[in-house]
Amino acid sequence: MPMIYITRKVEFSASHLYHNPEFSAEENRRVFGKCNNPHGHGHNYVLEVTVAGEPDPRTGMVLDLKELKEILQREILDRMDHRFLNYEVPELAGKIPTTETIATTIWTLLEPRINDRGQGRLHRVRLYETPDLYVDCVGNGR
Amino acid sequence: MRVVLHRRYRFSASHRLHRAGWTEEENRRVYGKCANPHGHGHNYVLDVAVSGPVDPATGMITNLAELDGFVEREILAEFDHVYLNEQVPAFRETVPTTENICREVFSRLRGYPHARLEYIGIEETGANSFEYAGEAA
Repeated sequence: MPMIYITRKVEFSASHLYHNPEFSAEENRRVFGKCNNPHGHGHNYVLEVTVAGEPDPRTGMVLDLKELKEILQREILDRMDHRFLNYEVPELAGKIPTTETIATTIWTLLEPRINDRGQGRLHRVRLYETPDLYVDCVGNGR
Repeated sequence: MRVVLHRRYRFSASHRLHRAGWTEEENRRVYGKCANPHGHGHNYVLDVAVSGPVDPATGMITNLAELDGFVEREILAEFDHVYLNEQVPAFRETVPTTENICREVFSRLRGYPHARLEYIGIEETGANSFEYAGEAA
């Protein structure tokens, strides 16, 4: 059976700032530029989650999209939407919430929820910070 | 799991698809209106994909300011608002199709010192896009 890749897109809006307490103020400014501004700033993030699998012959589905929608709501949107990522999302505490970091955190949150259902595997997490900057986390399966 | 950072850039340039060794008729048959003698232009969108370990001190694969500066120097400064056939030396002999632009851009960007170049994508228009990951190893 050929693999099918199914993608669902959601959006969330959140603020963040980049600051490493082990750097001097000057170093923080040099490395992170205006992303180091102390009160933070925000983005409309767009998240695309791709699940790979073979359709169940009884339903014709790789997975029920409603179920994926609920997983994304519970695991990601309830955690991150309209939050200050540095302070309000425990999984990001103490980390620099770059797009790389947020995307890998999302991967870690979603992978067991999707893969443990027994049908379909998380294939890719694509997170857009802006239309011109995005990060892919891609599974090793392909 | 692999992490790949994508950054999109834009340049606007003109080109003409035309081979010097062919007759006008042959050029017209192969390239159609893209062979018109004075060329025409596009708003190109370049997608640069790089991978590498995420530095825990910065949360980054590579600092975007460095990537932006590199792409600006290697590509945009030379490709934006020019006639590719005449003003980019590589296209004096090679027809500047988007396929060939991909090859040229990839070879210029593969030397980026701070991350591994995975592939590049170029949209010639919203309807035509190309991806190139270099020669197979």
